[in-house]
Amino acid sequence: MTKDLSRKDRTLGETLRSQGVSRRSFLKFCAATASMMALPPSMIPTIANALEKARRPSVIWLSFQECTGCTESLTRAHTASVESLIFDSISLDYHHTLQAAAGHAAEAAREAAMEENHGKYLVVVDGSIPNGNNGYSTIAGISNYDMLIETAKGAAAIVTVGTCAAFGGIPHAKPNPTGAVSVSDIIKDKPIINVPGCPPIPVVITGVLTHFLTFGTIPDLDNLGRPKTFFGQSIHDRCYRRPFYDKGLFAETFDDEGARQGWCLYKLGCKGPTTYNACATTKWNGGVSFPIEAGHPCIGCSEPNFWDGGGFYKAISIPTENITKTTMYAAAAGVAAGVAIGATGRMKKSAAGKAHQKVTIDDLEK
Amino acid sequence: MTETELLTWARGPGFQIASIIFALGIMLRLGEILMLGRKANLAEAKGSAMSSGLRTVFSRTVPDAATFKRSAFTVTAGYIFHIGLFVVIFLFAPHILFFKDLLHVSWPALPSPVIDATSVITIITLVIVLVHRLRDPVKRFLSNYDDYLGWFVTILPLITGYIAFHRVGMTAPSLIAIHLLSVQLLMVVFPFTKLMHAFTIFLARWYNGAISGYRGVQS
Amino acid sequence: MSASFEKGYNALKEQVDASVASFFSSCVHCGMCSEACLFFTETGAPERTPINKTEPLRRVWRQEYTLLGRLGKIFGFGKKVTDDMLAEWETLIYDSCTLCGRCSMVCPVGNDITDMIRKTREGMAASGHAPPGLIGATKRAVTIGSPMGVKLPALQAQIAHVENDTGMTIPVDVEGADYMLLLSSMEIMNFPEFIEAVAKIFKHAGVSWTISSDAFEATNSGIQIGSSDIAAELVQRIVDAAAKLKVKNVISPECGHAYMAIRWEGPNLIGKSYDFKVVHILELLDDLRKKDRLRVKGRLKDRLTYHDPCQISRRGGVIDEPRNLIGMFADNFVEMPDPGKMNWCCGAGGGVSSNERADEIRLRVFQRKKDQLDAIHVDGMISACSNCRIHLEDGLEEYHMELPVLSLTETLAENLDES
Repeated sequence: MTKDLSRKDRTLGETLRSQGVSRRSFLKFCAATASMMALPPSMIPTIANALEKARRPSVIWLSFQECTGCTESLTRAHTASVESLIFDSISLDYHHTLQAAAGHAAEAAREAAMEENHGKYLVVVDGSIPNGNNGYSTIAGISNYDMLIETAKGAAAIVTVGTCAAFGGIPHAKPNPTGAVSVSDIIKDKPIINVPGCPPIPVVITGVLTHFLTFGTIPDLDNLGRPKTFFGQSIHDRCYRRPFYDKGLFAETFDDEGARQGWCLYKLGCKGPTTYNACATTKWNGGVSFPIEAGHPCIGCSEPNFWDGGGFYKAISIPTENITKTTMYAAAAGVAAGVAIGATGRMKKSAAGKAHQKVTIDDLEK
Repeated sequence: MTETELLTWARGPGFQIASIIFALGIMLRLGEILMLGRKANLAEAKGSAMSSGLRTVFSRTVPDAATFKRSAFTVTAGYIFHIGLFVVIFLFAPHILFFKDLLHVSWPALPSPVIDATSVITIITLVIVLVHRLRDPVKRFLSNYDDYLGWFVTILPLITGYIAFHRVGMTAPSLIAIHLLSVQLLMVVFPFTKLMHAFTIFLARWYNGAISGYRGVQS
Repeated sequence: MSASFEKGYNALKEQVDASVASFFSSCVHCGMCSEACLFFTETGAPERTPINKTEPLRRVWRQEYTLLGRLGKIFGFGKKVTDDMLAEWETLIYDSCTLCGRCSMVCPVGNDITDMIRKTREGMAASGHAPPGLIGATKRAVTIGSPMGVKLPALQAQIAHVENDTGMTIPVDVEGADYMLLLSSMEIMNFPEFIEAVAKIFKHAGVSWTISSDAFEATNSGIQIGSSDIAAELVQRIVDAAAKLKVKNVISPECGHAYMAIRWEGPNLIGKSYDFKVVHILELLDDLRKKDRLRVKGRLKDRLTYHDPCQISRRGGVIDEPRNLIGMFADNFVEMPDPGKMNWCCGAGGGVSSNERADEIRLRVFQRKKDQLDAIHVDGMISACSNCRIHLEDGLEEYHMELPVLSLTETLAENLDES
């Protein structure tokens, strides 16, 4: 992020060439991007062309109530990757974790970028926003709430990175002391692309940015504002352990034979069936692995309220509360009620017996 | 309410409420029935009421050949959807986890494609059974809201379960939540409709067998 | 005093017990009982489905003995039992049901539907919705001692007749006899040969027996009309006569519902166990057979079948005995389709034969018996119920069939080796 502001006007193609990226590697990158976004190969020249000509767009990154895990995820790539290429190609004008500037200088950079690129810049948000007592989280004396409102005004679009920004995430979890909310709870008049995950997959973040750079449009989103390209299928449906689920082969504990055999982790509470993300396909750490492959059930981190979903190690089909106890108490109460109501029935029956008037042959007709 | 919240509600308070009404309702109904009592038979017995009663509890599951011939559709369809319901409810791995959590006992599951096929067969059979109920003069004559309500709350969890398994139309948390809610509807309605026969059938068959067996007839 | 809706409703309330509540809770409206009932199979009328005949009792159970029904009643929901409703159900409950018990055998959830129809009749009778024919028979049973109006002199005349023909003595009012024989009016009036046959067999086997002049009538119209009070009164007469003659056993003759009344319902009607045993004549004969006290001459070559009277076999438990006895003298015995406990009713039991209004339908549903008989081509049909016999003969005539209907006791008597 040592990019020289004077190079801001160069196109992406010029930047890449100046860094010694060959045309061949650039096209390979475009092809990889196309396949990642599930676009046909015929789109590769379009992507190349668009990226070639793209001006480095201004990006303002706002970090609110967050743990910096999302940023860590993004910057911890082991090798020079597609994502690093892309990040070398945008003008990250404000990111208070990464930028060298601090204090007023930093805020001045943000304000300058906003003014210069009004209506065109992209806002990236990680972290949730305390809404209620805004004093829970401030930057340079400005509350997160105010900063978001102010920065969002001139934005072309907002990308939320991480579940906190997208859905409230962990700060939003019960009892939610700060009254944390998501970006979409506050901003209603700007296009918002949610890239949830705790943290999100780096490739997914860059993929979304690539889409915006290539087409200048918002990708197809699902009902939770997530790009369908990456969040269109559940972990369960793309999981390499799915055949074990279908065969009924499950790990019962973390150290049993099933666990060693790599069987399905459903019984250990895997949230794969209710979680939409690309972990099972793109994987993590440069495609090395993902949690299920490492032997741990999916915790559903890219879904709203995942922290309050009834326990990471409780299977989805298990009630979150102790219904054994409930059922036993209810059954006991039912027995008592049944005996009581049954007793009134019995009394009614014996009353009918007492009210019985002997039927003689003279009583057979009216 | 987000879909995850809906799912969490269904897995939490939803099941609590449904379990309370289900367990309380079943016991209440059984208490209500048994408290009425039955007079002791003063006639000298020719056979054993107890052994015949127990025998009939099982033997009534299989009709005699002539009865089967006369009611072939009813019996066959009845077998299919009852066995289908049993397989789908009790032999699907996620369901077994539910029962394990509730009862602390577990048993082996069937592969999910088998459950999938069984649920399709069961759904189709239930639809045919409804059509038959609407067309058969006797069944139509006997039927009331109880029969149609019972049918509806039985097929609903099958359909929602099937859709949730295949993720059609909505995302999984919503689909699973809807499935759980449909099961909870079944549980709430259960004790107060003809579905109660799942429990009282044992009493009814026992009484029938006992009445006959006392007179020396195996019913 | 007279019948009233309130009395009927109260009677229905008395009849509901744990078994009835279990049965109604279990019914899934599968309709299989319709296929077990000859009044449905031969007419195709859905309202004649057995379970529908219990509707008055079901409504009382629902509205009086279930939580939801009771709440519904308070708020005006649910179907009520009304006098008009009972009137509407009268022909279903009396004319279209012989209490044969076949529905109770096929119900997949195990409902004893017949028992519930029997209980429903209690409400019908008390509310004045019994058929006039049955009311007449019941009045005669109580006042005269026989539903057919048979008085003691008529019996005495038949006894004298038998004694003259055979030279045997028919014991009457013999104190301390082992067995007291009951007779149905039909046997006295239509089949006096029965008395002769019993006398012959008992002489042959050396059975000590008697007829009581106080209580010789075995039938019980109170059971058929559905009045436990009247039924109990008729049972009590027999109990008193048995006590007076100090007999150890009472024999129920060849009559289905008489056996049901005296053997199974009797002690429950009068509220105490008997001091004597009740045996059906076939049970006694089979017992004699087992003890080798019956010897037959030769064997019949005719193709014979046996019509199980419902109350004796399916509802009474006397199923193997008649077959054992027939086996003594018949070489070519064939079972009808659905024999024994699954046999089809003749169509005239349970008070239907006393109910002239049901004459047409009882002959119509005889088609079932005709179909059964057509399937086996026999030379003779044996039975052990004089009511069945009369109706079987009636039906055979109606359908232009030539087939002798025989009494098992009489046939056995004819084949005894008296040498």
